[in-house]
Amino acid sequence: MQEHVQLDQKQINKELLNGVLEMPKWWPGALIIALLIFITGMGAFGYMLNKGVGVTGLNRPVYWGFFMVNFVFWIGISHAGIMISAILRLSQAEWRRPITRAAEVLTVFSLMAALMAAPLVHVGRPWRADLWVFPYDFARGIWINIRSPFIWDPSAVMTYLTASALFVLVALIPDLAIIRDRSKGFTRIAYSFMCLGWRGTPRQWKLQAVAGILLSALVLPVFVSVHSIVSWDFAVQIGPEAWHSTIFAPYFIIGAIHSGVSAVATVMVLMVWLWGWKNYITPDHLDSIGRLLIVVATTWFFFFFLEWIFALYSLEDPELAMRDLQVFQWPWSGFFVLFLLTAFFIPVPMWLFKNVRRSLFWMFVSTILVNIGMWLERFLIIIPGTMRRGHMIFDWGSYHPSIIEILMVGMTFAWVVIGMLLFSKVFPLIPLFDIKEGMVGRDEIKVGRKVVPASIRE
Amino acid sequence: MMGQRSVLGLFTDEDAAADALDIVAGAGFAQDEYEILTGTPYPEGTFGESEPVHKLYRFPLIGAACGFIVGLLLTTGTQLAFPLVTGGKPLLSIPPMAIIMYEGTMLGAILFTVFGIIFESRLPRLFMGAYDTRITEGYIGLAITTTPEKIGNAEETLKKAGAEEVKRGWETE
Repeated sequence: MQEHVQLDQKQINKELLNGVLEMPKWWPGALIIALLIFITGMGAFGYMLNKGVGVTGLNRPVYWGFFMVNFVFWIGISHAGIMISAILRLSQAEWRRPITRAAEVLTVFSLMAALMAAPLVHVGRPWRADLWVFPYDFARGIWINIRSPFIWDPSAVMTYLTASALFVLVALIPDLAIIRDRSKGFTRIAYSFMCLGWRGTPRQWKLQAVAGILLSALVLPVFVSVHSIVSWDFAVQIGPEAWHSTIFAPYFIIGAIHSGVSAVATVMVLMVWLWGWKNYITPDHLDSIGRLLIVVATTWFFFFFLEWIFALYSLEDPELAMRDLQVFQWPWSGFFVLFLLTAFFIPVPMWLFKNVRRSLFWMFVSTILVNIGMWLERFLIIIPGTMRRGHMIFDWGSYHPSIIEILMVGMTFAWVVIGMLLFSKVFPLIPLFDIKEGMVGRDEIKVGRKVVPASIRE
Repeated sequence: MMGQRSVLGLFTDEDAAADALDIVAGAGFAQDEYEILTGTPYPEGTFGESEPVHKLYRFPLIGAACGFIVGLLLTTGTQLAFPLVTGGKPLLSIPPMAIIMYEGTMLGAILFTVFGIIFESRLPRLFMGAYDTRITEGYIGLAITTTPEKIGNAEETLKKAGAEEVKRGWETE
């Protein structure tokens, strides 16, 4: 960190609460557009409930289409939030301060989008989805089947969602007190209630610090378990043989981190563009996350390469059939090339240049590309995987998503946008107390003839 | 703190607040009668205050144990309640049980930790006592909560200690 912007607490309050205490001009328009997309998607969902899943493109043998692609995609996005926040907190990385909360909030809404994408819409009769998880029909003595990955999945995702939401709420308390002190009337009463009477005693600050570390340490193992279990939805099932791979858990986790860290970088750029927080998210922050992305992307590519090696080395027919579809059969081959270019071969060489890493525009473009690529990656695992071009040629089939599915995919994206927008109107997206702590512990030291910024750490 | 009164002194810099804390301690107020209020976390001991003691680390351990037991009961109970023998294998299938128990353990640990954070932070606090909104703008508050007989003395001590402003808590107004 070579940049040093010293701000007083009053200025920090004013600038970082601009989204809460004032109405940004673009905010209502953005919310209305997102709501329209969401409502359209809900309309499509209602139509599907009325007519049945036959209105989707799902048909034998491809029963996992856009819904499951979207489920894995959003679970992936949700991973970086907590990972970035927890790892950077534990390692006391100074550049974490302005990005932790936005990353955590992205986690919460992405997880909700994931739940919306699969269990709520994919099952056809969503009101019975809870019956996987909770015991039912006592008269016949039937209980949930804990041997099914579809029990592991909700238990892991719900644990992760609960943990992430609590992680966000605990760290919000001091900031809610700041809003309480800046508001009047009913708003003040509401924030007084939400901040639980926070006063800022040394004991409360100490507990906040310990809580950050303790919850980070507890959430990290959950984060690892969630995407492992999502991968086991694929790896342990009887159906598509090409998914029976032992490398799926770490491969899915690193893929999730790749897409998630990219999404956090996208959100960082949007926070500067939309809220004007350039004093808090500086080119140095983008540079840091860009360097992290190079490491993450390269590790992901290594696992991707290993997954291919494992698949081809076995020389088993189902594996070869799926790889043949992915690489040589149109349109999957086109998607495959696009996936490789957008997930790795375009962004990573870009990030090697410091000017790109420090540029808002290029970081925005490159990280959006990564998520296009990572969405395609899940698509290429699921669709050619379930097509199962084996010996039984009477059972060959393909997949064409219907407009209903496309609208419902749009609905999940709109949901995350709506969630982030509403959150930003009620709560600060950058943790004020964390920024202030950074300012208190910041100093400048002279090294030879150069004065450089330094951080004081306990 | 029923029947107690509070008074707050506001300071603009850390050194003045630290000196004031010494003066308040020297004036005979007990350690649990005064506390520093800030809008930002400072390194421990910045104002010479005593180190807060807490037992937060016990909470996740208790929560983890509870979560593990619930996970164990849920997984064994459901399998025994609906005994579905698959492929002649034992009824209780350990690997999937371990997954659910793991998630239960972590969920228990996290829930108890959050409960512990709130409990150990002495929240929720219904009555704020002496407080000023400028504390979240950078002022440092030194609040004294004591008996009605000593509140006048507390106010005088804070003034002598160089507080920029001294104000009484809502309960004395």
